[in-house]
Amino acid sequence: MDWASRKNKFSSSNTLARQPANPQKIGTQCRGHHRRTRRSPDEITMFQHKDQRTASRICEKSISSCALFGLINLERRRVTCNEALRAISCMSERGNGLGAGFAGYGIYPHFTDAYALHVMYLDDKAKRKVEKVLMRDFQVLLGEEIPTRRARSTLHAPAFWRYFLEPARSKLQEEEASPDEYVVSRVMKINGEVEGAYILSSGKDVGVFKGVGFPRDLAEFFRLEEYRGYMWICHARFPTNTVGWWGGAHPFNLLDLSVAHNGELSSYDVNRRYLEMWGYKCVMHTDSEVISYALDLLLRRHAIPMDLALAVLAPPYWDEIDSMKCEDRDLLTALRRVYGELAMIGPFSIIAARHGEMIGFVDRKKLRPLVGGVRGEFFYLSSEESAIRLISPTLDNVVRPRAGEAVIARCEAPRAVAMLSTLNQKEV
Amino acid sequence: MRNRAASTYIVLRKEDKCTKCRACVEQCTYGVHSYNPAKNVIESKSWLCSNCLRCVEFCPTGALTITRNPNSYRMGHHWNHEAIMDVKRQAETGSALLEGMGCDGPNLTYWDRLLLNACQVTNPPIDPIREPIETRVILGRRPPRVELKPENRRLMLKNELAPYICAETPILLAAMSYGAVNLRVQEAMARAAIECGTYFNCGEGGLHPELRRYGSHIIVQVASGRFGVDIEYLNSGVAVEIKIGQGAKPGIGGHLPGEKVTEDIAMVRMIPKGTDALSPAPHHDVYSIEDLRQLIYALKEATEYKKPVAVKIAAVHNAAAIASGIARAGADIIVLDGVRGSTGAAPKAIRDNMGIPIELALAAVDRRLREEGIRSEVSIIASGGIRSGADVVKAIALGADAVYIGTAALIALGCTLCKMCYTGRCAWGIATTDAELSKRLNLEEGCRRVANLIKAWTMEIKEMMGAMGIDTIEALRGNRELLRGVGLTEGELRVLGIKVAGE
Repeated sequence: MDWASRKNKFSSSNTLARQPANPQKIGTQCRGHHRRTRRSPDEITMFQHKDQRTASRICEKSISSCALFGLINLERRRVTCNEALRAISCMSERGNGLGAGFAGYGIYPHFTDAYALHVMYLDDKAKRKVEKVLMRDFQVLLGEEIPTRRARSTLHAPAFWRYFLEPARSKLQEEEASPDEYVVSRVMKINGEVEGAYILSSGKDVGVFKGVGFPRDLAEFFRLEEYRGYMWICHARFPTNTVGWWGGAHPFNLLDLSVAHNGELSSYDVNRRYLEMWGYKCVMHTDSEVISYALDLLLRRHAIPMDLALAVLAPPYWDEIDSMKCEDRDLLTALRRVYGELAMIGPFSIIAARHGEMIGFVDRKKLRPLVGGVRGEFFYLSSEESAIRLISPTLDNVVRPRAGEAVIARCEAPRAVAMLSTLNQKEV
Repeated sequence: MRNRAASTYIVLRKEDKCTKCRACVEQCTYGVHSYNPAKNVIESKSWLCSNCLRCVEFCPTGALTITRNPNSYRMGHHWNHEAIMDVKRQAETGSALLEGMGCDGPNLTYWDRLLLNACQVTNPPIDPIREPIETRVILGRRPPRVELKPENRRLMLKNELAPYICAETPILLAAMSYGAVNLRVQEAMARAAIECGTYFNCGEGGLHPELRRYGSHIIVQVASGRFGVDIEYLNSGVAVEIKIGQGAKPGIGGHLPGEKVTEDIAMVRMIPKGTDALSPAPHHDVYSIEDLRQLIYALKEATEYKKPVAVKIAAVHNAAAIASGIARAGADIIVLDGVRGSTGAAPKAIRDNMGIPIELALAAVDRRLREEGIRSEVSIIASGGIRSGADVVKAIALGADAVYIGTAALIALGCTLCKMCYTGRCAWGIATTDAELSKRLNLEEGCRRVANLIKAWTMEIKEMMGAMGIDTIEALRGNRELLRGVGLTEGELRVLGIKVAGE
């Protein structure tokens, strides 16, 4: 059953109908609330970490080494995530079942102009608080529990809801903010202030599904076979210093920007402090979270083009900058000077996605793997070539970004897959 | 009344080894050794000895030993030897006690209670010999964002960025004025700065014409005495630093006695020869933060907005609020000088009791500026008591962009921390402007040693950054996750913004 055929179920009692009169009556109780009574004390700490009592038990940063996979159809033809799931599952050595996730683009064709908020609730109270904010600040087109089914290792899953929203027009005018800015401010407010509620994704026609388990478990749990998207970003996680928790899984999303990351950021604390000065709140206790906020700040708020934003995240060495032409040198020096704290230092390979665009890039020493493959209108990015070959034994082209390089695939004209190094773009 | 019984040091001479060559007599500048021709012996007045070890170093037969005097006043915790000696000295002279170098009080060193993280398994450490690790720092005001404009089918910077200075290592050489030290010391520092791609601060005593050729690596200072300040001076360096206060003597000015003001110094300082060079306690045109703003902009006007302006303050209790004001007043760089910062001469009471350790002040300033969202707009230089590359790394992790080193650089030149700088009779030819004594310092050798020190520390810093998996200094700045504390109270951990080791 795909999204379109489910549409007629919207008016069931388990959904938030258009602009209901009383937000208190929205939906049924959270699943998380029911289950919590049966949790062992250790499990409860996994879910309640915003609580002062348990906050100290969870490190601020969870480091991980993981599997990445991304797939984009450059004609924007929508496909199920089945192939992506096969590919990510093939790299099982890279995950340990403590986290996996998917970001699907183009999965909500009936709500392409509404912000789709995927929210994870640890308890009912959080849900009530969040919905109060949503009812106050947005026109809620639809709110419903994300359909799930029981799956292996997802026994203790929190509750997941999604809301399709438009900013309340009067409030938007009052704040003189762009709709994106308006949504981000609410996301940060809810993530930072409402205990037990985490907004996992907030873009238009985008959704993030993630949690604790292997990719197959999560796909089963979230009934991902029912969605079709033109781009899928997948991640399987191998966290090494904290217990995996549902919010700590990848991809991380803000508006239509999603990021999956393999690596560890030694610079996390610096990145976090810098982003906090710009109003971002890091609540997921995972270093990778800062990458999505950094890209949001650079691309959306500061209007830095993608190639230069990547030069901020994985900056060229000073030696390279010094040997550039005068204007280029000035530009790169300015970027490193102003955004030095956004440099992601440590080993990483990252897949980042926006509507119509998928980017893979690696750290400037290339300490994590990343490979891309082109076949017809499909472009793949993966930690391992074997995963691409599994679903597409023959490829038109294979690209391997070198240290500090990026590979970018764009749907829009000029539709292209290109290698991107600083101030230099080469089509492949 | 004589106070000789319990002099701090005694000179032991092995008469069988002493050849009466009188090297010690010639080398000692404090009058400890003298030759008695009647008896053909060399006599030593131990109570004048400061343990500078010059005579020991130069004794050709190794006949000399300086040791702590076993004759001491009755040992007490409260009335210890130093306290009793100070009282006796003051009872004799009726004046404030002067001393050189920095405060050496116990329990003020936090560096030793901070430990650094290292990579294991999940993140590969980086070997600085095989992989580039960047220690370049850029100092100066930063705009909050980069703005771009399309031009000739490519993107260009929309606005020119504020002026900055760029050091290849986060170690800068602290202010030492001509007068407090001699010209050779300044030249050695300036040349070492050039060799290492860093900067030397010429201090408040003006910049000698001979040193202006090193201007590309000199920061010029404007202090309350305004010695040697003219338009040419301001433009002869790469940056201008306003000295409000100094860690060794917060709240007071300076005093270079007239007998030290030689013709050369008088020329550079633009004062008459032989007159006292007095730096007032406040700048008499800066009685408030708005006055400081005017001075900052006066200096920017004078340098046509081409040079960053730094403001140096002593680390005092409310340094965080003051630093915030300084940042908002338009300074490009804030220099914080901790309680252990050194000086050529300071009243001992002030040196040892006023101000706070740089570690705490730095953490507090960094946090305050972050809370106000302006930390990334200014640079912070920390100074006062930095002894090693590890201290530098910890200072940067606590929020500094770079550090100034003074004492360590002087030790590289031969200083033995005997604390007699205020006498102007430095036996090692450093804190003296005496023409003869100055010759004791070999310029080439001194320059080589200071440069070596900076290079060695920079290598240490790279090693430590590599072990932490960090290859750019920006990713270290303010990275409290890399620090853990041992033996610190909850309050200290809170101010430092770090966790206890094991957490």
